[in-house]
Amino acid sequence: MERPLTKNIRPDGKPLFIKEYESLGGYQSVKKALAMQPKEIQELVKKSNLKGRGGAGFNTGLKWSFVPMQGEFEHKYLVANGDEMEPGTFKDRLLIEGNPHQLIEGMIGTAFAIQADEGYIFIRGEYTYAAEVVAKALAEAYEAGYLGNNILKTGYKFNLHLHTSVGRYICGEETALLNSLEGKRANPRAKPPFPQVSGLFGQPTIVNNIETLCNIPHIINNGAEWFNGLSLTPGDGGTKIFGASGKVKKPGLWELPFGVTLRELLEEHAGGMRDGLKFKGCLPGGASTDFLVEQHLDIRMDYASVAAAGSRLGTGTMIVLDDKTCPVGMVLNLEHFFAQESCGFCTPCREGLPWTEKILQKIENGKGEMKDLDILQFHTKFMGPGNTFCALAPGAMAPLQSALKYFREDFELHIKEHKCSWK
Amino acid sequence: MLTAEEIHEIKEEFHLYPYKQAACIEALKVVQKHRRWVSDENVKDLAELLEMSADEIDSVATFYNLIYRRPVGKYVILLCDSVSCYIMGLETVLQHLERTLGIKYGETTADDRFTMLPVPCLGTCDHAPAMIVGKDLYRDLTPEKIDEILNSYK
Repeated sequence: MERPLTKNIRPDGKPLFIKEYESLGGYQSVKKALAMQPKEIQELVKKSNLKGRGGAGFNTGLKWSFVPMQGEFEHKYLVANGDEMEPGTFKDRLLIEGNPHQLIEGMIGTAFAIQADEGYIFIRGEYTYAAEVVAKALAEAYEAGYLGNNILKTGYKFNLHLHTSVGRYICGEETALLNSLEGKRANPRAKPPFPQVSGLFGQPTIVNNIETLCNIPHIINNGAEWFNGLSLTPGDGGTKIFGASGKVKKPGLWELPFGVTLRELLEEHAGGMRDGLKFKGCLPGGASTDFLVEQHLDIRMDYASVAAAGSRLGTGTMIVLDDKTCPVGMVLNLEHFFAQESCGFCTPCREGLPWTEKILQKIENGKGEMKDLDILQFHTKFMGPGNTFCALAPGAMAPLQSALKYFREDFELHIKEHKCSWK
Repeated sequence: MLTAEEIHEIKEEFHLYPYKQAACIEALKVVQKHRRWVSDENVKDLAELLEMSADEIDSVATFYNLIYRRPVGKYVILLCDSVSCYIMGLETVLQHLERTLGIKYGETTADDRFTMLPVPCLGTCDHAPAMIVGKDLYRDLTPEKIDEILNSYK
């Protein structure tokens, strides 16, 4: 089984710097890409069926193809979204810290494909070590001639900078991220215009997730057919970094083909539940995905199968709920997060999420009433897709609505017994 | 008054952006690096330097949770309060920190050594519970481990 993304990452996760990276075949794709036509690379990536690994799962090559390739622009920008803040998600940290040059190499190929001349690696402020590693790798890449005003003496210009952020989950939303890069509050922007046409400082811009970008060198080197062949699911190219946290025996990250089953992830890779605990459910791809429960264990982990089961693949890193952890407490923790992280721009999200949190707190404290469940149910519709300015509130409603569906009796037990029986 | 060093460092950031107002967040980071936090006076001085209104600067400063608009201690403890840490025993860790330091979230120890704040998911969920002290990440926290960590910050 091939693991292109992680095969060169050391077991202890210590970063690979340029000499070693080059000796393992690093930066080959830059030479290859610079000899191709930009549109050719876009087509290649489109055919590879690489989909955005930040959670949305949109075809990456298709996303790039909306960048205007004719006409004069002051700049075109490429931004790597390293604002990994989706609770339960820890995959981009591994890729940045373990192999920073793979990311930079992927960004050069991507930048060339859209003819970007400026780029930013946007890293959340708490990832201080990742930022140090990237800063060093960037200096090495400039020194070696892979970045700068005349890359490998081909005349192609791409300058790449590190930006460390100062908090807030909403910065991961791509248009909010652009506002943050412009030094503003990170409120999402209205679309259209899409960033591909008018993004950073009003110029054509692509924002891609770290894991997405790390796939690019391998696609350029090995082709679309090879990339599709890595996956067990037709239509989803490549591997995915899956992960698990919670009370499993071996929490961690594993690069696996799309289409492995949830059961295999849980039982084989995560080692099953800790002794004495039972699996109650999981959020398959971060905090803003719907719960999956025992009946879903045999579904395949790919975009379509997880969607058919009523959830989302999201970031592919699951949070496991066991039978000794209070599901109401867990959902309360999630809604507290979303209420706090709402940017406050649109009313349903700003007002609705704290309302949801208060009701959940009331139920968890044993002061809930049955009608509170109807209010929560109402909120899941009221803040559902299409009713808010961005995807934050609908994401927040995903774990709540699925918890009300699968764990309803646990909510009712809190109300009937006037206490949390898990404490 | 901003120091000459701060002004120099802020101006260094200008060349990364098409106009200087875009360096607003970088400017706030510079001030905080030198002073631990950003005061009302600093906001006014930055407004002058960046040719923005003080309210504009403050609207940015107060939006971001890692820009501190109130005094903090020498080391800021950022305790992850998100879902994986919740499952893995956040409550025990928080209680131990509160007891040991004698402070709650948002407070600073009397000796000005530590300020404790909650922070969203630190992205190290397979080693929960986790926290940051200053710039350093600590994982798989237990009360014993916390005592050891806190003692290493003087």
